[in-house]
Amino acid sequence: MDLTVFLVQVLNGVQYGFLLFLVSSGLTLVFGIMGIINLAHGAFYMFGAYIVFWLNGVLGNFFMAILLGVPIMIVLSLVIERFAISYLYQRDHLCQLLLTYGLILILNEAQLLIWGSDFYSVPVPEILSGRIALTENQDYPIYRLFISVVGLLLAGGMYLVIQKTRLGMIVRAGASNREMVEVLGININLVFSIVFSVGAALAAFSGMIAAPVSSVFPGMGNGILIVSFVVVVIGGIGSIKGAFIGAMLIGLATTFGQVLLPNLASMVVYALMAGILVWRPQGLYGRTTSS
Amino acid sequence: MEFSRPVRWLLLLAVLLLAVFPFVGADYYTELVVRIMIFGIFAMSLDLLIGFTGLVSFGHAAFFGLAGYVLAIVTPESSGVSLFWSLPLSILASGLAAAIIGWFSVRTTGIYFIMITLAFAQMVFYYFQEAVQWGGSDGMFLFFRPTVTIGNTVILDLEQNRTFYYFVLGSLVASLLLVKRLLGSPFGRVIMGIKANESRTRAIGYATFYYKWVSFIIAGMLAGLAGYLEVTHTGTISPGYLAWHESGIVIMVVVLGGLGTLYGPVIGAFVFVVLQDTLQDYTSHWLLIMGILVILIALFLPKGVTGLLDQILYRQGIQNTNNEDHGHQDHRT
Repeated sequence: MDLTVFLVQVLNGVQYGFLLFLVSSGLTLVFGIMGIINLAHGAFYMFGAYIVFWLNGVLGNFFMAILLGVPIMIVLSLVIERFAISYLYQRDHLCQLLLTYGLILILNEAQLLIWGSDFYSVPVPEILSGRIALTENQDYPIYRLFISVVGLLLAGGMYLVIQKTRLGMIVRAGASNREMVEVLGININLVFSIVFSVGAALAAFSGMIAAPVSSVFPGMGNGILIVSFVVVVIGGIGSIKGAFIGAMLIGLATTFGQVLLPNLASMVVYALMAGILVWRPQGLYGRTTSS
Repeated sequence: MEFSRPVRWLLLLAVLLLAVFPFVGADYYTELVVRIMIFGIFAMSLDLLIGFTGLVSFGHAAFFGLAGYVLAIVTPESSGVSLFWSLPLSILASGLAAAIIGWFSVRTTGIYFIMITLAFAQMVFYYFQEAVQWGGSDGMFLFFRPTVTIGNTVILDLEQNRTFYYFVLGSLVASLLLVKRLLGSPFGRVIMGIKANESRTRAIGYATFYYKWVSFIIAGMLAGLAGYLEVTHTGTISPGYLAWHESGIVIMVVVLGGLGTLYGPVIGAFVFVVLQDTLQDYTSHWLLIMGILVILIALFLPKGVTGLLDQILYRQGIQNTNNEDHGHQDHRT
């Protein structure tokens, strides 16, 4: 493997890592703050991709489609939070698992009813469709760089919101002690609604920007959900920083696994997870007492 | 773990009914009952984990499918293999996988455990998905059911559907008695103690890790038995058998039937298979209805069908229907 091939793989790995981070940060936030294990998170990713496919067809503009699609997903997630998830706050994990599993079944079938079982593709928007030259004989698609840049901006934005704003303070406090935050007069239900819809919006947004590079197909959320679980477990449940590190590790391990160990590529990720768990059962940035 | 007197009589009655069923039921329904019984064994094995050890495994389908794959792999295209070695081999393969996966997973608790078992099961799934030599995503066929012969005498001809029916029924009853016996042993007391309060059990001096690990392995092996029977029954195996949808469905079946009862999951399997069979006739989108049903069970029926039956039998369930403690062994034991 020479240097340019190596560089391309690093870029691919980082791009996939950012995508994974966007999905898994929502998952880890929802668990860390609300104590909810949300299996339906991958379904939001899938719905994001389908909505952008649909709106892109109607409006003819990818960015308008995203701009309109995200609010739709926020409304959908708020409805789901209000009518299903909010019943789970006092229940155990088994109950959450079942209910969100039921949600997956419903959302997957809803997708089949609306869009059918065909595979679709979303064209890369004109302005980002070019390729950038790395060396004289190696180039790289601009759109993939765009995903990384957007991921980086969102990660930075999340860092600022969580570390520097009042909402972020409440979110951090809520992650470490929910009851205490409630006692201090914070409307925790409102915080939960916001966190859940932000998580869903992040998942849907990743589905939207991933649509042009992967195709849009039924059940596309399942694969990413499971990998996001791995990311969250590696990083430590509830930790955004952990999710970032975990996503980058998995992103790079996946791309390099495909090049170096093509036969075992899909297992590399899980082997990595097993290794990290032996070393730190609570994940890289997890708290030692898990519940 | 002891069944209460009415439950014992009802179970005996159920076994008798199952024993005479092939003589009265149509072939189609007999086949349906075989499916229910196999799924019942599978669900019962998960109940040992969720309902008695307090480990919510979301990767149980891996052990079910793995044993099925082993049987399909060792069976040549021209004849069946002997059950005497293929059954232990398949079950041991599942047990070995459970030992490895459990060794990593059991040291974690709660939500970590759920996610890790899921991730490992997916790893097994992807392995078979990409294993071209074993059919990849199309899976494999089993052309001949295992043979049960000593010398040249055929003891059981499993190709005969009725013989196979009784073999499955026997396996179900044996599994139930075995797990019941296990739970009555000191080992069973300890794992139930772990479910009730792990720190306290550890404080008394039990190495809880090993108890949970062994429980995980036994459950995996029992799931393997179910997988072996399933492949013998259907004659096919594909990665779909190991997929996480299967793991999700079997959790649902256990809860639907009633956690921590052993026979409850079999009732759950009955309800599920009959519902699936009926709904599939009406609409190809039966999973939508199933999804709604899953949500309703999660919200309103945390004790499952057996919890409902208990309320009717004892008329005292009202104070026990609190959703907080639905996994506990209350008046039933």
